Amino acid sequence: MSSIFAKRRARLLAMKAIRDSYVPGDQLVACPKCGGESQRKDVAGNLSVCPLCGYHFPIGAYYRLSTILDPGSFRELNEKLPAADPLSFPGYREKQRLAQRKTGLTEAAVTATGTIGGRKCVAGVLDSRFFMGSMSAAVGEKITLAIEYAAKNKLPLILFSASGGARMQEGILSLMQMAKTSAALARFSEKGLLYISVLTDPTTGGVTASFASLGDIILAEPGALIGFAGPRVIQQTIGETLPEGFQRAEYQEEHGFVDAVVPRGELRETLSRLLRLHEKGGRP
Amino acid sequence: MSRLTAAERVAAARHPQRPNITDTIGALFTDFFEQKGDRLCREDPAILGGIALYHGRPVTVIGTRKGKTAEESIRCNFGMPGPEGYRKALRLMRQAEKFRRPVLTFIDTSGAYPGLEAEARGQGEAIARNLMEMSRLTVPVIAVITGEGNSGGALALGVADRVLMLENAVYAILSPEGFASILWKDAARHAEACDLMKLTAPDLLALGIVDDVVPEPEGGAHLAPELVFQELDRALSRHLAALLKESGGSLAEKRYQKFRKMGVPPKEES
Repeated sequence: MSSIFAKRRARLLAMKAIRDSYVPGDQLVACPKCGGESQRKDVAGNLSVCPLCGYHFPIGAYYRLSTILDPGSFRELNEKLPAADPLSFPGYREKQRLAQRKTGLTEAAVTATGTIGGRKCVAGVLDSRFFMGSMSAAVGEKITLAIEYAAKNKLPLILFSASGGARMQEGILSLMQMAKTSAALARFSEKGLLYISVLTDPTTGGVTASFASLGDIILAEPGALIGFAGPRVIQQTIGETLPEGFQRAEYQEEHGFVDAVVPRGELRETLSRLLRLHEKGGRP
Repeated sequence: MSRLTAAERVAAARHPQRPNITDTIGALFTDFFEQKGDRLCREDPAILGGIALYHGRPVTVIGTRKGKTAEESIRCNFGMPGPEGYRKALRLMRQAEKFRRPVLTFIDTSGAYPGLEAEARGQGEAIARNLMEMSRLTVPVIAVITGEGNSGGALALGVADRVLMLENAVYAILSPEGFASILWKDAARHAEACDLMKLTAPDLLALGIVDDVVPEPEGGAHLAPELVFQELDRALSRHLAALLKESGGSLAEKRYQKFRKMGVPPKEES
């Protein structure tokens, strides 16, 4: 019976998700935005959103998937794709091992198939705990393989971005992943398939300037920083203070780069609805 | 062939008298007609583009523009384009496809402009769109890194069938100063960064990022621009002739595969 495997998969994702939902602090969790303290269980029970002000804490990739996919539908893609060191950069292998030990991830992207409201899709998530979710060759390759898998199986694609931008230690190969992922999306799009890009805090640099900005539908979590150049660099360049709310999700919505700002608690339902709305278009 | 260190090459690539896009157009093309504007909101002088004849054949030429005098440099924002520049470039590339003209791009930029207005108008979206659309063009596309090729701001004109590089040009994820500042919080360590970043033409040729290197005189292209242009012309003619033999579909397919291969883990590891 496939339900046995489904239950096993559900348990597996739940176990990985527990590790990923960790919010710093002991019994009390301090919110970096409002400064208010909440019970850990109240934050955890609220999808890692501050119960006082609605601040969205960063969350790990498996936890994200567990909040979106139907229980038992999770099946990871290319789980074993290894981290790379294409420039033989001094000290990089050691740093990768540290990050792997700390997060339980092999790299900054997790990709999977699953269902949302019973509708099958391919989902990819960048995890900001692993080198700030930066674009490495492995991240670019995993995302590209996910795009190609979705194209081949005529499935809708959902990518959650959270990225500090380029992976410095992989230099020019990090840059080339922008071209690779964008080119893969061009082919995917030509097949008449749906790609939903979800921007979470922070989405910057090379990820913004490639797959994150190319969704048919672009959603963003409230308060997420979204931009190409980081605010510090811009401030240095122009030599003046940046306006309140600059580059936040709401600002990007106002400037025409985001279809909707969706709180984490409504994301699953919104995605389910969008998949439903594209049902014919997504399955020619 | 010169034997400069990586840091010396960065200096040569940034030399104020290094041949720029205006010099390149003057030396290699005839009958250049400049096309301005993104048809959305403005003209960005940091990118120069238009139609020209290359050995009698109409082509679309697009390049980032650095000035040689202070006044020129300010006018073209020191070669740092905004989203309008990239959108103009895309408009010209689509038009090139419509009229079946090859696209030749010349890249010399310290990066896309990190400014407030550039962000407000979607710098990231503009670059992403170019990467996506360039990958599907059905006309020959050749990109030449002539000076500095930094970040997504350079790649936005660089998704090409052939990527050529002048010998002392550099191509990287960002400037060595920026790299050192992000990685070590110390921009002063930029020379060290230059050595680690693999940003020189020989390094990038070995990594398969660029396809051909155009020789420069010892010390840099500014010392004998006419010689560099002769070499560049020879390389461009050769690559363009080969690409013109291919069908549009085959060009797009091979271009896709070229970038698809970059950063694929070696077989024994996967």
